[in-house]
Amino acid sequence: MGAPKREEKQSWLEARFPARRLWRDHLANYHVPRNLNIWYLFGSLALLMLVNQVLTGIWLTMSYDPSAEGAFASIEYIMRDVEWGWLIRYLHTTGASALFIVMYLHMFRGLLYGSYKAPRELVWLFGMALYLALMAEAFMGYLLPWGQMSYWGAQVITSLFSAIPGIGPGLAEWVRGDYLVSGVTLNRFFALHVIALPLVILMLVVLHIMALHEVGSNNPEGIEIRQHVDAEGRPLDGIPFHPYYTLKDLVGVAVFLFVFCGVVFYFPEGGGFFIEAPNYAPADPFTTPEHIAPVWYFTPFYAILRAVNFSLFGLEARFLGVVFMAGAIAALFVLPWLDRSPARSMRYKGWVSKVMLGVFVLSFMALGVLGILPSTPLRTHLAQLFTATYFAYFLLMPFYTRWEKARPVPQRIASP
Amino acid sequence: MSRWMLILWLLMMPLAALADASRSMPPDLGDQASLQRGLKLYVNYCLGCHTLEYQRFSRTAADLDIPQALMEEQLMFSPVQAFDDPMTNALTGEAAQQWWGVEPPDLTLAAKRHGAEWISAYLLGFYQDTDRPLGVNNTVVESVAMPNVLEPLQGVQKLGCPPGASRVLSRPENCRELVLAQPGTLSPDEFEQVVGDISNFLAYVSEPSRLKARAIAPGVMVFLFVFGVMAYLLKREYWRDVR
Repeated sequence: MGAPKREEKQSWLEARFPARRLWRDHLANYHVPRNLNIWYLFGSLALLMLVNQVLTGIWLTMSYDPSAEGAFASIEYIMRDVEWGWLIRYLHTTGASALFIVMYLHMFRGLLYGSYKAPRELVWLFGMALYLALMAEAFMGYLLPWGQMSYWGAQVITSLFSAIPGIGPGLAEWVRGDYLVSGVTLNRFFALHVIALPLVILMLVVLHIMALHEVGSNNPEGIEIRQHVDAEGRPLDGIPFHPYYTLKDLVGVAVFLFVFCGVVFYFPEGGGFFIEAPNYAPADPFTTPEHIAPVWYFTPFYAILRAVNFSLFGLEARFLGVVFMAGAIAALFVLPWLDRSPARSMRYKGWVSKVMLGVFVLSFMALGVLGILPSTPLRTHLAQLFTATYFAYFLLMPFYTRWEKARPVPQRIASP
Repeated sequence: MSRWMLILWLLMMPLAALADASRSMPPDLGDQASLQRGLKLYVNYCLGCHTLEYQRFSRTAADLDIPQALMEEQLMFSPVQAFDDPMTNALTGEAAQQWWGVEPPDLTLAAKRHGAEWISAYLLGFYQDTDRPLGVNNTVVESVAMPNVLEPLQGVQKLGCPPGASRVLSRPENCRELVLAQPGTLSPDEFEQVVGDISNFLAYVSEPSRLKARAIAPGVMVFLFVFGVMAYLLKREYWRDVR
């Protein structure tokens, strides 16, 4: 009676819930190009880190006190008195930086192999929305320890809203819920950080993956594998995601966790980049730190903000800086429509595209470094230069991708 | 495919360096005798003014291997404090304001904010300055409000030219080096050890979990390495069909 009973049970579930169909459509029978390389690991690693953030976040919330009076002390309580609290917190703080590292590598992969191009525009757009939501999530999370850098970082960023002409000052006040960042701000940022934004992020992850599975993964060659299928409609150059890529990703996960845990256990402060030293002093609205720098993953945009110290078209510098900073992120959203190259992958694009991608990556990293350092006149000029090259990558793309000669893309993925 | 093994192997390399670094790097949390001396010095010279509000007596005793009875008898001076209480004092903010014009900061996280080396340099940097209300100044924190509480041990330092410096090249008013003008009860070497022990203790206090993290980390890394090798072998077995 054993075996039939089991089948009966499965069909009972199958009649009510498409468990097996979901498994087939998204894992066992979801065909992925067989030539995906190391750059394709970072999507699943981002998901792993997101899960890490959610789980450790739940446990942190159990002991954290979101009030101006108690927040800082509750972090030390977690670090000292909560069983394994230090590990949970370091997994969360390191996880935030790790998530941005893998996300930046994941996005670079998209630029390298043209994963944003048709028919994957929506995959890219959902991904960019996810990036934006995670930036908001990270920014609000950074206020919660209520240290000096938390406080003054939030003060600087929320005051950006006040640069908007007319409605600005009122808007900044509305965002903070106070004239300055205060306990009211802390309460609302906590609510947004633990409930509102995680819901948005999880929804966007579902949309990102659904959109991806509808069109299928791109690959380093930029070849559309669904154009050559066998009699049963399976791509000839594809292999099932499970078990091939689940196992390959598992190896990636092991290597990644090895490095990640090395940081968590040996240098959780990440050399002052993952947890900044001034944040070990409680927030003090009367003492401004000598040098306020956002966490490293925001610094490229912060550098662009500071680089704009001139007025243009009657707009004052402060507002113009905000416009440039927003523009730097907005430009990424419209990328699928800026690239006119017939080839997806950098392997078949012309030399101008290769140079420009290099210039873009260099600009982004240089801006990141400049955003960490205190500004000097020379650094401001450098930041202006790299802001210009950052935007040049996007603004010139429609021209150079059409002008340059791309090599013809093969029909099939070559056998190794 | 052997590329993966190479990557894993290369990633293992820093471990050897880490094992070494934990011993030689100042502060040295592995030196329990130093931490115990640091605790004794801190309780006797510092705790009267500088609280450790997030650190409990009991936690310190457990981590530094000090029996509860000894801790309560020798290192807890207040009759109202319990073993599980945080390491605070009876100094009120009002009194502190009256005496020094500032409240002495809590030092639980001082080593995180400034680093243990900074604390050592600060404690070694006091010198006689008759222009200051308490007669001392500091090379690390200019116009510091704190008196040099370790002076009986260290002696009196002055700013001036080191003995043997050329008089022609360095006129006395240009010399800003710390010179021991009047010896204390300890030799300079012994005093440096005292300062090292205090900053080492404060480094421990700033993150007591570091001891535990150090203890379990190698096990975690070995587990992940073995897990990685197994995952790789499994992956290689499955990928044999993909050709």
